[in-house]
Amino acid sequence: MAGSTLEIKDLHVEIEGQEILKGVNLTINGGEFHAVMGPNGTGKSTLASAIMGHPKYEVTKGEVLLDGENVLEMEVDERAQAGLFLAMQYPSEISGVTNSDFLRSAINAHREEGDEISLMKFIKDMDSKMDTLEMDKNMAQRYLNEGFSGGEKKRNEILQLMMIQPAIAILDEIDSGLDIDALKVVANGINEMRNDAFGCLIITHYQRLLNYITPDKVHVMMQGRVVKSGGPELSQRLEAEGYDWIKQELGIEDETVNA
Amino acid sequence: MTVEVSLPYDKEYVTQFSQGQQEPEWMKKLRLSALEKSESLPLPKPDKTNISKWNFTEFDHHVTSDRIESLEELPVEIKDFLDEEKEQQNLVIQRNHTVAYGSIDQKLKDQGVIFTDIATALREHSDLVEKYYMNDAVHVDEHRLTALHAALMNGGIFLYVPKNVQIEEPIQAIFWQEDPKASLINHILVVAEENSSVTYVENYISHNKEEKTSANIVTEVIAKDGAKVSFGAVDNFEAGTTVYTNRRGVAYRDSVIEWALGQMNEGNTVSENITHLIGDNSHSNAKTVAIGRGSQKQNFTANITHFGKGSDGYILQHGVMKDKASAIFNGIGKIEHGASKSNAEQESRVLMLSSDARGDANPILLIDEDDVTAGHAASVGRVDPVQLYYLMSRGISKFEAERLIIHGFLAPVVKQLPVEAVKRQLQQVIERKVY
Repeated sequence: MAGSTLEIKDLHVEIEGQEILKGVNLTINGGEFHAVMGPNGTGKSTLASAIMGHPKYEVTKGEVLLDGENVLEMEVDERAQAGLFLAMQYPSEISGVTNSDFLRSAINAHREEGDEISLMKFIKDMDSKMDTLEMDKNMAQRYLNEGFSGGEKKRNEILQLMMIQPAIAILDEIDSGLDIDALKVVANGINEMRNDAFGCLIITHYQRLLNYITPDKVHVMMQGRVVKSGGPELSQRLEAEGYDWIKQELGIEDETVNA
Repeated sequence: MTVEVSLPYDKEYVTQFSQGQQEPEWMKKLRLSALEKSESLPLPKPDKTNISKWNFTEFDHHVTSDRIESLEELPVEIKDFLDEEKEQQNLVIQRNHTVAYGSIDQKLKDQGVIFTDIATALREHSDLVEKYYMNDAVHVDEHRLTALHAALMNGGIFLYVPKNVQIEEPIQAIFWQEDPKASLINHILVVAEENSSVTYVENYISHNKEEKTSANIVTEVIAKDGAKVSFGAVDNFEAGTTVYTNRRGVAYRDSVIEWALGQMNEGNTVSENITHLIGDNSHSNAKTVAIGRGSQKQNFTANITHFGKGSDGYILQHGVMKDKASAIFNGIGKIEHGASKSNAEQESRVLMLSSDARGDANPILLIDEDDVTAGHAASVGRVDPVQLYYLMSRGISKFEAERLIIHGFLAPVVKQLPVEAVKRQLQQVIERKVY
């Protein structure tokens, strides 16, 4: 299996009339791990949300293609069924819906009618993946994200990723709010996904996640654009020297957009 | 302005009915005096809902029905309420105004538990019923509907749990208005003596979409010191039945009354659920879920009134409104002077599925004591688009995502119902009503 390709072309996105993304270009192939880094407020999360179709974000120009299909014309559920996944920075809490019922609906939504996952197989899969993520088993029966700690929410996002097995995943600041032990556990889960077909876009503010998940490519976003791309060495230099050298190199004034 | 309501049933009728049922003298007297009062007392005035034109008086009062020999004979829509996996030992099925089926575990009987229809209870346990019947909880002269209820009461249950008896298995009652015009004027009386505990669950069901009738239901739950009563219900009268239902609890020292009410009627409904926390450290948890559809009008009041010190009350009301339905949810936490260290919490939320529907959540805290805690949360709104987005981002269709959110919203009551079949049945009713 060669995997899928996600192409982002000249993407412009607004929130409430304010332009946040000003022409983003990126291509992620199956089997590749990309990291998008950058200071706060440069549009990293906006990129993730716009690709998935968050109702607050309006795409004003550009394209997002998954294997040549226009993602932006799809409903949110169609995007997911086409193979996209977004691990969210702030997942919704949904009272009264157990984590396990939700997950089963999500998995079955990716399968044909009449080919639903058996309860036994589902429980077995979930149990083993919860073990990998060192999650308490009773989290399966708790209401979706309700009363979860920040760390529990992140693990739960990765649990969904591992259960759904998408073609392309976007991880939006999956490391924020995690202590170092939790970070390692979450990274383990993500690394377990690595294969020739799976493509991943990791959005992070800090280098430290990339100590555990080695990206093939690193991109730096500033002021709503990808301003620099390179290999893993780029993230190490950012960790050591910060972002100022890039700003100087590119002559960027110190101003950020609010997002 | 007083509304002219001529009762279809007079003194002679009530006297004859009482005698025909071989009721004790006190009951006949109570009925006759209530009948007289019902002529002059006004209708209740639920906040923001005008019920002056609702049908509370047109119905057939006494419809007798055959007993059934075995549960196999029940039609499937009634059988749905029963757990198939295990035999329900403690069950009464009331068909129209008479008992069709009744059973109680011999072991409970030996312990002195009484679980029987109200008519039998009046004949066999007259003194015990008299002690509690419309005395501590609901009063005859509150308004026309309580008086009418007392005058014409024609069905219901008496459940009595003696001191220190803990009943593990749930007790179930099914009230089946089979006849489209039969009026269930049911009286449910639950008395839990000191340090006893019981779980009771009831279902109301009818199928009269067109034919008009009225139900007037009064429920009294008395929890003595240290007793625990869990009360579950699924009300599912069809559109032809106008419903007045009044469920009231009185909780004494260290006692607990829990309500889990699935109020799923199709017709116009006024529902009161009031709990008096009389004793110190008494506790009540009152949960209601409701759905309105069509052009149905409903008014729900949940009220917990604190008298005892350190008493704890929690109200939850969740309503889903669609089509042109309207509903008012009044949540009242009242702390009387002297009920120090009490806690009154409430949450009322209404989910609107249509722009023509109307829903109001009115949280009210009435506090006459300094040293207390209280809180409320109320909201009326549509399904949260960000929640929908989250579920859909996992491949779940919009329809299914909404379905999950709505079922989740109504889960607090579903989860708490004690009999699996009743739980499942409520889920089915929700499914049917929402889609």
